[in-house]
Amino acid sequence: MTKVTCIRALTAVQAERGAPQLYTAVTRRTCSSVTAPRITTHYTIRPRDKDPRWEGVEMERFADQADVVIVGGGPAGLSAAIRLKQLANEHQKELRVCLVEKAPQMGAHTLSGACLEPSALTELFPDWKERGAPLNTPVTEDVFNIFTKNHRIPVPILPGLPMQNHGNYLVRLGNFVRWLGEQAEELGVELYPGYAAAEVLFHEDGSVKGVATNDVGIAKDGSPKDVFERGMELHAKVTLFGEGCHGHLAKQLYKQFNLRENCEPQTYAIGLKELWMIDEKKWKPGRTEHSVGWPLDRHTYGGSFLYHLNEGEPLVALGFVVGLDYTNPYLSPFREFQRWKHHPFVAATLEGGQRIAYGARALNEGGFQSIPKLTFPGGLLIGCSPGFMNVPKIKGTHTAMKSGILAAEAIFPKVTAEEADSETAGLHVPEYAESLKSSWVWKELHSVRNIRPSFHNPLGLYGGMIYTGIFYWILRGKEPWTLKHRGLDAHQLKPAKECTPIEYPKPDGKISFDLLSSVALSGTNHEGDQPPHLTLKDDSVPVARNLAVYDGPEQRFCPAGVYEYVPVETGDGMRLQINAQNCVHCKTCDIKDPSQNINWVVPEGGGGPAYNGM
Amino acid sequence: MSGRVLVGVKRVIDYAVKIRVKPDHSGVVTDGVKHSMNPFCEIAVEEAVKLKEKKLMKEVVVVSCGPQQSQETIRTALAMGADRGIHVEVSGKDYETLGPLQVSKILAALAKKEDAQLIILGKQAIDDDCNQTGQMTAALLDWPQGTFASEVSLEKDGIKVVREIDGGLETIKISTPAVLTADLRLNTPRYATLPNIMKAKKKKIANVKPADLGVDLTSRLEVLRVDEPPQRQAGMKVETVDDLVSKLKDAGKV
Repeated sequence: MTKVTCIRALTAVQAERGAPQLYTAVTRRTCSSVTAPRITTHYTIRPRDKDPRWEGVEMERFADQADVVIVGGGPAGLSAAIRLKQLANEHQKELRVCLVEKAPQMGAHTLSGACLEPSALTELFPDWKERGAPLNTPVTEDVFNIFTKNHRIPVPILPGLPMQNHGNYLVRLGNFVRWLGEQAEELGVELYPGYAAAEVLFHEDGSVKGVATNDVGIAKDGSPKDVFERGMELHAKVTLFGEGCHGHLAKQLYKQFNLRENCEPQTYAIGLKELWMIDEKKWKPGRTEHSVGWPLDRHTYGGSFLYHLNEGEPLVALGFVVGLDYTNPYLSPFREFQRWKHHPFVAATLEGGQRIAYGARALNEGGFQSIPKLTFPGGLLIGCSPGFMNVPKIKGTHTAMKSGILAAEAIFPKVTAEEADSETAGLHVPEYAESLKSSWVWKELHSVRNIRPSFHNPLGLYGGMIYTGIFYWILRGKEPWTLKHRGLDAHQLKPAKECTPIEYPKPDGKISFDLLSSVALSGTNHEGDQPPHLTLKDDSVPVARNLAVYDGPEQRFCPAGVYEYVPVETGDGMRLQINAQNCVHCKTCDIKDPSQNINWVVPEGGGGPAYNGM
Repeated sequence: MSGRVLVGVKRVIDYAVKIRVKPDHSGVVTDGVKHSMNPFCEIAVEEAVKLKEKKLMKEVVVVSCGPQQSQETIRTALAMGADRGIHVEVSGKDYETLGPLQVSKILAALAKKEDAQLIILGKQAIDDDCNQTGQMTAALLDWPQGTFASEVSLEKDGIKVVREIDGGLETIKISTPAVLTADLRLNTPRYATLPNIMKAKKKKIANVKPADLGVDLTSRLEVLRVDEPPQRQAGMKVETVDDLVSKLKDAGKV
């Protein structure tokens, strides 16, 4: 690859609207603005082909060919990779499987409760115990409560209810993913953590050709640095997209191939989580606690989990989930989480303990109604990306893994066939969707399809629980109708003037904490001198609409303090400041922005949280 | 003149991670924590690769002392342009007590074995902040040292090194063979891009044991206890100078 010389002298860049802005080498980092400040400098919004700073820069990419490329090293991607190699070894066929993952090491961007149903794992590795899979905590006690401000109403978990956890394991999913990564490497999968898939590549006939990894060495103002290098192209017969909830490449693919024309829009929740070392006397390994109710009102979907892990030390994993269809723009999921911890039942466990980790991630709630078309020429979608989470069970790992396994089994005969039997250059494998439809994943998701939407009734949470009791517990989800969701989460916010600000208590520094010290615990970091990866389609919308109408909800729903409205340096008014370095890659902003103006794209690979067994 | 550069790299906890002291106060938690190449070692590797690209040196050999995972760090250096790697296996208790004295003995032995002309190291590691390995290695080899280098130029009669010192910058000329330690402003390390990572898989990493080099790893230091720094106490705001004086008097400071 050729080296690049970058133009370091004074450079003037003309803004598209408003006054011209000067970017010098000195002021590059501290953008002084005149009128509408330019926030977004990423090349996906400001193309480089017309940009004079990029003239003469070598843009050719090194390309390599694999049989299968997998985007995303989570449970789905790794299960698919493992299954492919297992089949290849069984049939004594050569198969090059490359997996790219934006996290610097496997598991570093993984965050989940988690209570794992081992069904899919047992299919993948019947001998998972001997192989040392980190499933160390069988569930011993299952507790479900409706919280009020100071008390709780226990709800019996009768056998047959989706929340029943007998036979399941409490896991640190990040450690589980790391273990899956080791298994995959042993089988010969080429794992490339620290490299993000930034672009989908297409053949002439429109089918997917593969992906390109992120470019490196672009400065914050969008110009090339001395160390600029193009990403690499990975070409494959078929590409599996397992980016997890609300993947950014999947977002493009939905549009490109019209994959969402016959399904409902996906709906989401945000999950925030902490790990605590607690007083040994309070530690009850295997105990699983869930709650609904306080501090959320009955019309805001959400709840909590608290799991006592059994890995040799008194560690508990706890967290709070808030449905992103909430209507009050003053709601802050982070602060709801912090104040929930003060409930007497929870505080009792945490008193005298020490918080050692924090993180957040969006999760799917759309279930059955929101599953898009899963295959397209050259590729397919697996895992939480299309979204197979069983919402009332709050489990999606087992279905994600199964989708990865089924994908591998469907594509294996096609990628190892002597003659490529396909109309398009990139293989189309509709068999994957068919086998998924006849699997237990489909049956399971179908049976719980109405529980989440049943929440939208005048009794809110209680109506939902009554519906679940009657139609799921008694009738097993066999009712002939399918309830609809309310629509895009982003459209559910009411204007700020119609809502009441919420008075959140100040964090006490022992049980509840402030946002910035929490973000520090996630270990998140990004190379500072790169274009912010939270891109805005229109830089003027945040102040003109989000702040004006909704009082800037992104200041509150971002669990990492990325978005701040600060006063402008000269004169009146506010501007949006994007602290991209804090981002924990949760994707909530892309989901909940009422103007749908924020487009999350992948930053330089290796950046993001440094979760350890979350 | 073999034209061989030996570069030492260390695998350390990533600088952005919040470290946690182990409950038994014997050290910090490292299990599963994100690690990366010491930032000063990245600069050292970059300098060595630049020398090779300028044809001033013929071969860059990268060395790391540590457990199995150190190989990942060596691979990153290979992806940046080093030619081959040497992994000196040190694990378990030996690794916990591994310090600059032992590492410098290992590097000195390897420099002789590999017939190196130049050793480039990072000035210090961000986990222990010792700033000793480069200096000790030079002493063991009886070689000159150019530490805290912010500029290095190879000339016919030696190496000119501009050093970052407290008072400003100091320029010295040292003869070869020599040891250099890299400071922050020496260069901007290149990225280890994916095609280079893939190519690096084909480059050799030799496995060596300290005993093979005749190095005794016994440490003369024993860590008694590790603690977090004391919590910063909140300050107090005062409105007037009189207020300040009376508060200082109350606290017994005046």
